[in-house]
Amino acid sequence: MDQVVERPSAIEPAGAGGALYGLMAEFPSPETLVAAGRQVREAGYKRIDAFSPFPVEDLSEALGFRDQWVPWLMLLAGIGGCVGGFGFLWWCTAVSYPLNIGGRPLLAWPSWIPITFECTVLASALTGVLGMILLNGLPMPYHPVFDAPGFERASSNSFFLCVEARDPRFDREKTQALLASLGALSVSPVEQRK
Amino acid sequence: MVDIERQEETYDLVAPGQTYESVTESIGGLVLNNRISLKWLLALGFSACLLSLFVGAVTWLVLFGVGIWGVNIPVGWGFAIVNFVWWIGIGHAGTLISAILLLLHQSWRTSINRFAEAMTLFAVMCAGVFPLLHLGRHQYFYWLMPFPNTMGLWPQFRSPLVWDVFAVSTYMTVSALFWFVGLIPDLATLRDRATNPVARVIFGALALGWRGSALHWRRYMALYLILAGLSTPLVLSVHTIVSFDFAVGIVPGWHSTIFPPYFVAGAIYAGFAMVLLLAIPLRATCNLKGLITMRHLENMAKLMLATGLIVFYGYIMEVFFGWYSANPYERYMTFNNRMFGPYKWVYWALIVCNGLVPQVLWFRKMRTSIPVLFATALVVSVGMWLERFVIVVTSLARDYMPSKWGNYYPTAYDWATYIGTIGLFLVLFLLFVRVLPSISMSEMRELVHHDEHAPQEA
Repeated sequence: MDQVVERPSAIEPAGAGGALYGLMAEFPSPETLVAAGRQVREAGYKRIDAFSPFPVEDLSEALGFRDQWVPWLMLLAGIGGCVGGFGFLWWCTAVSYPLNIGGRPLLAWPSWIPITFECTVLASALTGVLGMILLNGLPMPYHPVFDAPGFERASSNSFFLCVEARDPRFDREKTQALLASLGALSVSPVEQRK
Repeated sequence: MVDIERQEETYDLVAPGQTYESVTESIGGLVLNNRISLKWLLALGFSACLLSLFVGAVTWLVLFGVGIWGVNIPVGWGFAIVNFVWWIGIGHAGTLISAILLLLHQSWRTSINRFAEAMTLFAVMCAGVFPLLHLGRHQYFYWLMPFPNTMGLWPQFRSPLVWDVFAVSTYMTVSALFWFVGLIPDLATLRDRATNPVARVIFGALALGWRGSALHWRRYMALYLILAGLSTPLVLSVHTIVSFDFAVGIVPGWHSTIFPPYFVAGAIYAGFAMVLLLAIPLRATCNLKGLITMRHLENMAKLMLATGLIVFYGYIMEVFFGWYSANPYERYMTFNNRMFGPYKWVYWALIVCNGLVPQVLWFRKMRTSIPVLFATALVVSVGMWLERFVIVVTSLARDYMPSKWGNYYPTAYDWATYIGTIGLFLVLFLLFVRVLPSISMSEMRELVHHDEHAPQEA
């Protein structure tokens, strides 16, 4: 495999650029990306992220992500929607405008099941989608990684691993050498725009 | 890179030779190229004519009221409800493909889920139009929703018609969310590949800045799976509640416990027919035969056969209950009215369309012949429409008292509104195919990835 490892002189920040955001390594396949991610993490790096054009199995575990917010938010919102929907129906039908139909109980719960169910699903789905978008910090039109060379391929056919400069173990040359030794096609610096 | 211009028919899930790049090329290219094909333009022009029929019919309706339709007492429901149930049923196959088949790990769903979900959205829009038009006083449509008002009133929450409002609006919202979430990574691909600056900005704004981060994918996949899990009972609940509109009423031919399962099966049956009607021209005109393969068409034909048999069983059970109930009204309804009454030809046409014709799908040769599949899907679509006509109209036209019998005949405005919604549906679908990727690129890449590894795992 051809390894296009750029020389250290090539990673000097460009004149107009700002602070270094991190080092971006490009990998040829999902497997090499997962393996590299695992090794970088085992080398002690914490501030790392990977970019792929489709969800890669085991990748987030390899990088040590444990986030479980979305399922919990959806569960809580679902419970809220269920209780809220049922409570609202009860309040409307039994408190705000009690309607006596042939002496039947005002708490007509069997006929509230469909609407309660729909409220559960609606609350959970809306919260899940909003939660996913906001937890991911989206919408965010600009991010430093978009400036990485060839990053437009991250949404089509290439796989990237980024070690951020704010990681305490980050050292431009050592990190660069580590990434290159893991089979990266190229390693390039990413700068933060001013 | 495969030759995307000339593709052989294949029974594989993905045609051999497809790569991440060729998936992006063949699907994304459809949206990003600047060519507008003459076929597409002609199809859009034809659909726009139908849509203008709809606009005209609705304008007339708003000006002069529902009296221009054929509905009257005793048949107060007529075409509006027939078409509502028909359209909403068509939508169900999209959710079945995107949610239920995802949970069941049916990877063949991948290349058909995106446009099937779009079909769901557009079909639900067409469905939603009818109850709103049928209200008569359209300006008060918001009375359907609970809101604090000076009358101090709330909707009647014990009524299936109000359940329907909640079910359909939730279904529409959740389907739209599911569809949009699925589109985000593909919009990012289009943003990165578009050369036109305006397209870049539009796709960029819609993609929300998606960058394919592993942490983002983790949350995304959790959301996608749970949404699928929520959509599965949701889609079953929607047609169940639609069937309650009938089954809760004490009308002969409606008051039956078989209605919910038989409605849900009928919905999926009609929906797969519509997916086939859309998929066959789509794959032929857009060079997508390597992604929507014969395997997909055959699987959909099998699902259509299976759900069709459930529906046919429903028809047989309706007849059996009519006889076995020993209720004179039910018996009269089933035999004297449906089978040999004023609408007997509709009933028998329905049995032929939904019960007999689809039996050709038992034969593999028929399932894999594209003209036969297309014709069968067309016949099933007509049959499912006839079924809703039989259910809605025959029961109302011959109630308990002969003194309140009366037949229903649609007027030109009924037909114009119905055919017009087909125009609305086609216009929306054609625009969708042109401006958004009609197959999920990120999921196809996943499939290509798994396909590459299949021989090693075996």
